[in-house]
Amino acid sequence: MTPKAETAHWVAASVALLIGLLLVAEAIVGPEVFRRRAWRAYLFPAIVVASSVGLWIIVVFSTFSTMHLLAHALWAQAALVAGAVELAVVRGKLKSPNWSLVPGFALLVSGLAFLVHEQNPWLYSRSAFLHHAIGWMLVVVALFPLGQALRPRQVVWRAGFAVTFVLLAILLFADRDAAPIFGRYGLGGGP
Amino acid sequence: MNSEYATSIPREEAQEPAVRRSWRTLAIQLLGPLTIVAGIVWAVAQPYRIVLLDRAGQGIYDYLFQAPLLVVLVGIAFTFCIAPGLVEDLEAEELRDPEG
Repeated sequence: MTPKAETAHWVAASVALLIGLLLVAEAIVGPEVFRRRAWRAYLFPAIVVASSVGLWIIVVFSTFSTMHLLAHALWAQAALVAGAVELAVVRGKLKSPNWSLVPGFALLVSGLAFLVHEQNPWLYSRSAFLHHAIGWMLVVVALFPLGQALRPRQVVWRAGFAVTFVLLAILLFADRDAAPIFGRYGLGGGP
Repeated sequence: MNSEYATSIPREEAQEPAVRRSWRTLAIQLLGPLTIVAGIVWAVAQPYRIVLLDRAGQGIYDYLFQAPLLVVLVGIAFTFCIAPGLVEDLEAEELRDPEG
């Protein structure tokens, strides 16, 4: 029995929310304090790698549409690469701030995948609206890791990267398989 | 000297210094509860999102994954698993380096 798409998206939203809270907390206390306990330092990259495994499982079951299969495979690969690089950074194997370009690239590619695989216009359905909104958001917020690579000491990049995941969670939680775009406030669309 | 007028100097009792939490500590402590409140507010605003209140035609996944309850769950996980240790480490850091 395969769960509905919205159920999988809510689970993804919960993971994004947890990642968002972790990153917001890290932005507040600073990486030195946050990484004082090893398990806490490894938590974010471990969750990202685990998410990529979850996404690969979805790829296996996404046989209903080649576009969705490819998009989920791309997100899974992006999460795997970003998680692996972050693991190496936490472990101390990679030291250059330029490595934050990798999560930035992962966000950019993920955003483009959202935009490319949604073939309907913004107001066609809630799903189409969310695909466009998430896609453009990810493309824009890819600038945060870029800023982190260029100006690693400025907290605004870290905070922006953290808030990205909270926004992503909100958008994913808004997903319904069948609902008007803005609920009872109008803009029908279907399904 | 008349001892009625010259009384002994009252000994100053050692007082506990007032604990003043930094905004960072407060922010960490508030993150989880605010998330929980957001989930509860969402559940109140959209009760049909809670399957237990509207059981018609629901499957096992609808019972397992109810969006507002997932938000509450994440908030609880952060409040009880992440925040306490983080606050402890932050306060230790602030005691060591009060200027920082």
